[in-house]
Order: sequence, then C-alpha cells, then structure tokens
Amino acid sequence: MKKTFLNGVINENPTFVQLLGMCPLLAVTTSVINGIGMGISATVVLIFSNVAISLIRRLVPDKIRIASYVVVIAGFVTLVDLILKAYLPALSRSLGIFIPLIVVNCIILARAEAFASKNGPLKSALDGLGMGLGFTIGLFTLSSVREIIGNGTIFGISVLGSNYQPAIMAILPPGAFILLGLILGVINIYKARRKGNA
Amino acid sequence: MLREVLVISISAIFIENFVLVKFLGICPFLGVSKKIQTAVGMGMAVTFVMAMSSAITWCIDTFVLQKFGLDYLQTIAFILVIAALVQLVEMFLQKMLPALYNALGIYLPLITTNCAVLGSALLNIQNEYNFIKSVVFGASAAIGFTLAIVLFAGVRERLEFSDIPEFLKGFPIALITAGLISIAFLGFSGLQL
Repeated sequence: MKKTFLNGVINENPTFVQLLGMCPLLAVTTSVINGIGMGISATVVLIFSNVAISLIRRLVPDKIRIASYVVVIAGFVTLVDLILKAYLPALSRSLGIFIPLIVVNCIILARAEAFASKNGPLKSALDGLGMGLGFTIGLFTLSSVREIIGNGTIFGISVLGSNYQPAIMAILPPGAFILLGLILGVINIYKARRKGNA
Repeated sequence: MLREVLVISISAIFIENFVLVKFLGICPFLGVSKKIQTAVGMGMAVTFVMAMSSAITWCIDTFVLQKFGLDYLQTIAFILVIAALVQLVEMFLQKMLPALYNALGIYLPLITTNCAVLGSALLNIQNEYNFIKSVVFGASAAIGFTLAIVLFAGVRERLEFSDIPEFLKGFPIALITAGLISIAFLGFSGLQL
C-alpha cells in the first residue's frame, strides 16, 4: 500500500522522472497559487478517474478502452471545471483553458492505461493520490522558483525585501523553459552523486 | 474582414505562438523534434487535423451545443470529435495516400492527445470567432506549431555534435534551447497590428 503511494511521489514522479504533463507544468506556474490549484485539480481528476476506470476495467472491450477512458476522464474534468467556476472563479479565470485541457494531460491517461486497468479500486485510488501529489510537488517547485525570481514573492508575500529587482524573464514563457531545464539538471547532478556514493 | 483574418493569422503564428508562448502541444514538440524530417511530417499532420477540427467543433458547438443549451458538454464533445477525426484521417490517408501515411507513422494517432488541437477548439469558442475566423485561427496556430517544431529540430540536430555538460545532456538542454528560441519569439510581441 505504502509502496503504491510513494511510487508516484518519488520513484516515478510524473514531472521529474517520467516527464509527463509538461504543458500545464510550464503554462500555469507563473505563481505558486496557480501551480497548487492546478495540482489539486489534476489530483482530484486522477483519483476519481482511476477509481472509475478500475471499477469498469472488466466490462470494457479491449478495442475501445482508450476511447472509454477518455470519456470517463472528460466527465470528471467537466465536473472539476464547473466546481471551480462556481466556487473559485478567480482561480478558474487564471488557469483558463488549462482546466478543460486536463483531459489531454498524459499523466492521467497513462495511469489509467498502466495502473487502473490492471488493479483494484482501492489501490488505484492510492496510485492516483500518489501521482497527483507527485505532479503537485513538481508544479510547486517550478512555480515557487519562478515566483521568487520573477516577482520576489511566494504566495504573494514578499520574501526578498523591497530592494530586490524582480527578473520578469522568469515569469515570461522563456523563463519557464530555462528554469525547468536547470531544475532537471540539478536533479541529474544529485542522482549522479548518489550513484557515486553507493 | 480580410484585415481581421490576417491579424488573427499573423498573431497566431508569431506573436502568440502556440508552443513557445502559450505552452500548447509541448509533448510532441519535445518528443518528435530529434530530426527535421519527422518534425515536418508531424507539423503537416497537425496542421491538417487542426484546420479540420476547428471547422467541425465550431459547427457542433454552434448548431448543436449552443442551440440546446448544452455548453457544459463542450470538453467531452470536442475530445470525442477530435479522436474520431484523427481516426478518420488515418483511415483516409491509409487508403488514398499510403506514402504520406507511412511517412507519418505513429504520429497520426498521437495527435489526439496533442493539447494544441483541443486548445484551439476551446479558444475558438472563448474568443467567439465565426466560422472563417475559427478555421483560419486553427490553421495558423498549427502553422506556428510547425514553424516552432522545425526550428527546434534544426537546433537539436546540431546539439548532437556539441559538447554539453554531463548533467544537462538530453532533456534539460532541450528545454533550455526551447527557452532561447522562445526569447527570440518574444521579439514579435512588440509587433503592432
């Protein structure tokens, strides 16, 4: 049980290890709030779609399974979209079309195909939670780096003092690409070190 | 009218480039850009599907969903239309143009999960474009995608032979390269249309 959960958070982290779901990762990480909002929305969709797909896994003919998974996922995404529009309109506006685009987020379809279609509902829910949390960690990391460098704040609270000149480039699109590249590079150094020690 | 269409087209290709500014279609952009040839093939397939899907999703939204007050079904309806369309295009090409079909290979089915396709369908509705504008927007956004992916593949082909620090090899250097190309495209944002 614990292994299933931790697998998504660390060993197979969707952002840093599997490199899935890059579009929302790069697009919505201009502020930490947006990043976490996206992470939670995707996690909710992941858990529910994993459970639903795991429950219907024996009823769906093999040939049309991908199409049926997509419909299940699209249903839950629509639910999340409507809930956000009703209760958190500001977040919904700043995430924009990336909420409906959770449908084509590769992480969700990948988990449906690789895990939920082969395991029971409880395990699938845990897997969804772990993967969702892993994705949220990825979003949080990139968005906090971008917000601190590009705006001098985190969660909108100033951390670098009033003398700091924000480097707006970090919030503009090129900053997302370059900073994510550097973060992945740092992770590579860390991995190489650990391998060297072992 | 002509002026408006031209403005939509130019800004979709350069100023609001789907890949480098709006972050739509990053997966194929990073995945299928190791060689210029495959990048061109992917670009062509996406352009074709995006122009068609813009037209069809616009029709469905206007004549079915809006008419019966079913706007909330947009996401589900659009993804199904796109999946069906990609399948149709695949079958059509296989029968009529086997050469092109073989050249595109596995990239064809992958277009379904390209968020640029669903993204352009949703943006058409959000921006309240009419039929012609929708098709032009879809096609231009796809041309912008092709431009970005071909440019990127060109750089990546050269990266193969350059001396890169060990820890940046592979994905990180690709992302940094994409960032540098994106800086170049920021220059277009000063364009007054």
